[in-house]
Order: sequence, then C-alpha cells, then structure tokens
Amino acid sequence: MLTAHAATFRINGKTLVSDIDITVPPGKLVVLVGPNGAGKSTLLRLLSGELKATSGSIELDGRALGSFSAAELARRRAVVPQSTALSFPFTVREVVMLGATVPGFTSAPEHVERLASDCIRTVGLLALEHRLFTQLSGGERQRVHIARAMLQLAIAERPDDAPAILLLDEPTASLDLSHQGVVLEEARRQSREGRAVLAILHDLNLAAVFADELVLLSDGRVAARGTPAEVLRDDLLSRAYGCEVRTNITPAAGVPFVLPHAIRNR
Amino acid sequence: MTSEALPLTARRAGTHRLSPAQVIGGLAVLLVVAAIASLSLGPTGITLSSLPRAIGAALGTHTDAAATREQLVLLDIRLPRTLLGMFVGASLAIAGAIMQGLFRNPLADPGLIGVSSGAALAAVATIALGNGIAAPLLRPLGIYALPFAAFFGGIITTMVLVAVAGRHGQLMVGTLLLAGIALGALSGALTGLIAYASDDRELRDLTFWSMGSLGGANWPKVFAVLPFAVLIALMAPWLIRGLNGFLLGESEAFHLGINVERTKRAAIVTTAASVGAAVAMAGIIGFVGIVVPHVVRLLAGPDHRVVLPGGALLGAVLMLVADIVARLIVRPAELPIGIVMAAIGTPVFLHLVMKRGIGGME
Repeated sequence: MLTAHAATFRINGKTLVSDIDITVPPGKLVVLVGPNGAGKSTLLRLLSGELKATSGSIELDGRALGSFSAAELARRRAVVPQSTALSFPFTVREVVMLGATVPGFTSAPEHVERLASDCIRTVGLLALEHRLFTQLSGGERQRVHIARAMLQLAIAERPDDAPAILLLDEPTASLDLSHQGVVLEEARRQSREGRAVLAILHDLNLAAVFADELVLLSDGRVAARGTPAEVLRDDLLSRAYGCEVRTNITPAAGVPFVLPHAIRNR
Repeated sequence: MTSEALPLTARRAGTHRLSPAQVIGGLAVLLVVAAIASLSLGPTGITLSSLPRAIGAALGTHTDAAATREQLVLLDIRLPRTLLGMFVGASLAIAGAIMQGLFRNPLADPGLIGVSSGAALAAVATIALGNGIAAPLLRPLGIYALPFAAFFGGIITTMVLVAVAGRHGQLMVGTLLLAGIALGALSGALTGLIAYASDDRELRDLTFWSMGSLGGANWPKVFAVLPFAVLIALMAPWLIRGLNGFLLGESEAFHLGINVERTKRAAIVTTAASVGAAVAMAGIIGFVGIVVPHVVRLLAGPDHRVVLPGGALLGAVLMLVADIVARLIVRPAELPIGIVMAAIGTPVFLHLVMKRGIGGME
C-alpha cells in the first residue's frame, strides 16, 4: 500500500504540492484528476520516489519511500511515463524488454521472452513488435511503455512479495477512443489482480467510468476525494477548474458524465 | 554478456539487423586480420614469417644480425604499436558510446564536451613544463607522467563540468554539453598559447598531440595503459544496464531501478580514463568515438550489450587500419594518424548525418 501523509514539495521557493494525504490500496484503481498545473505530475513523481517530499512523508507498506534503493523500488512499482522520445533505433520488443533490466532480478531468458510476448499481445502490438519505436504513432508508443511497465512488474513480482504499484502519467493522452478503453481496461485489470494502481487522467468521463476512487487536485492540494459520484459535482469541479461545469447522469449506466458549459472564467 | 544479449535481438524481422553473436564474432575475426596485417606491414619489408626467428632472437637462440633486427622490428616496435593501437581505438570507441548513451544523443563525443582537449592540454603542459618548473614533480613519474597527466586533465575537465552542470544533486545534461564545448575551446586556446611560447623542438612534440600518432609506441607505454585498460574493462560491463535504461530517459532509468546519479558519475569517470589514457598515448584522434558506435548500432541495434564490446572491437580495427595507412602511404615517413582518421571518418560521418532519420533516428 502506497500512502502519502501531509506530503509537501517545494522547489525554488515555489510550493508545487502541499499537505497531500492519499492512499493507493492494493486492488484499487485510483485516478488523479485536476486542471493543468494542479500538481498531478509532481505528486506522481513523489509517489514514484523520483522526488523527495520537502515535508510530510510517503510510505510504501509503512516504510519511508526514501529508504528504498532505486532497485528495491523497481521491484515493487512500475511507471508509465507521459511521453518519451528515443534517440536510438530500438524496436518495440527491445523497448519492452528494457522492463526486464531491473537490477538484482534474474529469470530464465525463455520465461522473460514469453512474459514479454504476453505483455506485447495484451496491448495489441504483437504485429508491430519488430517495428522501430521511432516509427510508431503516439498512441502505439504509449502502449509500448505500458507493456514495458507490465513486464517490469510481471518479472519483479514474486509470490512472497507484497503487491506491486503501477503508476500511469496520463496514459490515454494522444490515444483514440478504443485504445483509451484498451489502456484503462488494462489498468483496471492490473488492479483487480491485486496491484495498487494510480493513473493521472485528463478526461473526466473516462475517470468516472474506470476509477474506484477519484482524487481531485487543485492548486497543489486535494480538493476532493471519493467515488466518482462524490467528486464529480458541479460545485467542486467548477471551483477546481475555474470554469462553469455541470455534471449529468446517463440514465442507462448510472455513472456521471461531464460537459463544460461555459468557456469564460467565473 | 553475449549470452545475455541474445534475447533482445534474436528476432529482428523488418529491421535488417545482425545478431550480437554475428557482429561480435565478425569483428573479432576482423581484428585478428588487422592485427596480423599491422604486425606484417611496414617500411622495412619484414613480414610475419620472420616471427619465429624474432622470438628466437628474443630468447637468445638466434644471435645473427638479421634475427636481432627482426626481433627489434616485430617484437619491440610493431607488437607494442599494434597493442597500443588496439587499446587507443577501443577506448575511444567505448568513450564515445558511453557519452552518446549518457547524453541520449547520437552525436555526443568526448571531443565535443572538451574531455579530449582537457587531456591534451595537460599532456602539452607536461611536455612544455617538463624540463622547467614542473621537472621535480614529473621526473619521478618517468614514463607514467604523460598518461597520468592526460588522465587527470580529462578528470579535471569532467569534474569542472560536473560542478557547473550539477543542480540539486542532479546533472543537467544540456548544461553539461554547452559547458563542455566552452571548456574545450578554452583548453584549445591554452594549448595554442603553450605552442606559441614553445621552441622548435617542443613545437614538433606538440604537433604530435594535436594530430595524433602511434609512432612512439613501446613496451613501457603498453604497460602504462594497462591499469586504464583494466579499469575500462571492469567498468564498461557494469555500465551496460544503466546506459540501456538511460536511453529511455533519466526518470525512466530510475523507474527501472537504476541508480541514476551513480551511473552518471561512473560513466564520466570511465570516459575520462578512456580518453585521458588514449590521448596520452596517441594524441587527439577524432571520429573514432563518434563513427564507431554508430556503425555498430546500424549493424546490431542500440543495445549496449552489443554496442560496447562491438564498439571496442571495431574501434581497435579502425585504429589499426588507419595506422597501417599512416605508416605506408608516405614511407619511410609517417602521416599523423589524425589526418588519416579524418580522411576516413569525415565522409562516413557526413553520410551518417545525412542518413539520420532514415535509419530510425530522430
């Protein structure tokens, strides 16, 4: 379980996130939403161990995140980055296989290869596995990184280990509708298999459909948290995003959906 | 290393790549051929067929004048020269590959960030001051004075770079690159200043540093680079995993469990050692560091499990070939190897630059 207690991050006199309390429990998909500049990516970098909290604490199973080595952390959590440019001609399969470079873990090569194939198949890229990464579309690249993170967790997890953490930084950005679904289905499947999953999403409707818990971030603080129905409320969203927002319920599915009603600031 | 490298590139339909085993094996064969050629070819006309007699002379079983001459040429001149050429080529190629991995930039090169210039400045200063004020300091080091001076020149340059580009315990790669270019220019200017103030004899020595040569190779020099060769051979395999992770980005490397800062520092020290020792032995030789890793990547892909050992082999081959050309083309005189390397390297490099984007690089 990944938890933040009163976590604050300051750099060059600017407070990017402050006083964050958040829990990412195993088996749940927690979705982080909020306007641009709300501190979502900073919070994700704190939770990944990449940044150290200026004050407050971030703990993995009750142990301070900062006390884990990079290798120890990599055996417990994987991160899907927002976007990554590669300057060298790696193939899809080679990028995915980088997920198997976690230090201190040795596995039979055939086993790793089979796991890699499973991960590539899951994100629907088996046909492109020998294509150069640099020749892929943005959406395809995103799926390659998801497959890489999946491989990292599949390889690193052992039965006696505590559940792993998967962090996704806007995994659906630049994806079309069907692939947004593919990616978030996969994120949800990972959580249902017992992993703790946290994803940053821009699309509030997607968040409403997939999140077990929603955390609304605004100005570096948690503005609201709870089920989608609890968080996706006109008043909370309008205040956080600084524009008039009205939520509605679709009669059939019963989940909230969101439409911006006014462009101008209130 | 090679057995581990197999899975990554075992299937490569559509990318026209050779397997790591093919590349490493092919280059190893090439290196043997180049080494035999380097031992056999020279202005004296003595070939490898004289080797048994030369060894006999070394062991004292042959004492005639011809055998002694063959011993001198084969065992005391060409063999150390060949070994030194292999070391210089391999370490320059490894340094280039590491720099490119570290900067995630296929055009990075130790020459570019001033490490070579810093090493050369230290070497030139050692020559210029060796008979003057620095003499008491340098004389006890003897033959080791130059390589160590160049090594520390490289290290000091990199330390200044790290100090300039370090923020909050992290290295800013862009700043590092720009600061390196500036430091390289400064080192070049100071080297020029020393050259300006030098007499004719010193000037001839200094030319050697700016254009490169394996002409002064001998056994003490071979032994002097041995510790550097061991250091590089120990560090390079350790760096492979980190460099592969770095190709995704520094954050991603950390997510993959790589200790980013430690890897960067190890990479920089290894580069400084490689370049410093290579420059100390043969002067500044360009293009090897930039062209060789490129060629290996085109052949076998960008995995450092192939790029580093393959680069070392190809760098050694290229250096031997360039040296053979350098000593045969105007015999009995010798061309500086830097000129030969530039003649070979420039067209290859320009070709690569123009092909970028087609080869899958952005």
